[in-house]
Amino acid sequence: MTCAELVELVTAFLDGALDPETEERFVHHLSICEGCDIYVEQMRRTVAEVGQVGPEGLSGETRDRLLDAFRTFPRD
Amino acid sequence: MPSDDVLVAGLRAGDEETFACLLNGWSGSMLRLARTFVSTAASAEEVVQDTWLAVFQGIGRFEGRSSLQTWVYRILVNVARRRGTHEQRTVPWTSLLPDEGPTVDPSRFRGAEDPYPGGWRAFPERWPTTENEVLAHEVRATVAAAIEKLPPRQQVVLTLRDIDGQSADDVCVLLGISTANQRVILHRARAAVRGHLERYFTTAGAES
Repeated sequence: MTCAELVELVTAFLDGALDPETEERFVHHLSICEGCDIYVEQMRRTVAEVGQVGPEGLSGETRDRLLDAFRTFPRD
Repeated sequence: MPSDDVLVAGLRAGDEETFACLLNGWSGSMLRLARTFVSTAASAEEVVQDTWLAVFQGIGRFEGRSSLQTWVYRILVNVARRRGTHEQRTVPWTSLLPDEGPTVDPSRFRGAEDPYPGGWRAFPERWPTTENEVLAHEVRATVAAAIEKLPPRQQVVLTLRDIDGQSADDVCVLLGISTANQRVILHRARAAVRGHLERYFTTAGAES
């Protein structure tokens, strides 16, 4: 497995979706290649940073309308 | 976010705090998801609004066979599809060709003539930690801008997986795409965001 091949498999690796043989080659490559180790670490970091992004929201108007609709929705 | 049992009970009982919590937590990804089916931001807002109205109506029948979030997002997809068809806008989720090409610039790897073809020419530079609050803020802004620049499908899959934390299986069912497609789209999205972060850190490093 080359470095150029490994970088395309990172998401499959993180999802645990590689077949056992490919996963073994992936892990072996990582253990001897600093560049790929850094790359995988940066992909993990990217996932973590994306998770930190606050979601954009609805306009205040729509939000108020929905809260109002929720308050007055007929329940039995 | 409280557990599904608590959320469902809250919605059924008309607990406003529960609903406000869901609105805050899910509106962003619901808007993004809606945006891939309809043509304007205003239209996407209406899709989210109509989804919640349908949720109020249907919550009594929710049986918990999927997570509450998956159930709500499925309703959203249906509402958005109907409206998207109406507006003649459809992002082709099914029968789509995965985007082609490598996600890392091929010039960063050694060529076929090299003794180590496909190996890094130079390792990626390590990134600094962002304990510093100013830097952390800039990183978040960089990531948010990078997400905005992604193609809609990549935005949606990245949002569902990495912001909402949904499972790969749930995302495939929700969007009607194959496992392999879902992974390709997610990988391209993450690699693109990584690229933006790399450029940011390289520049920030050069300045300090």
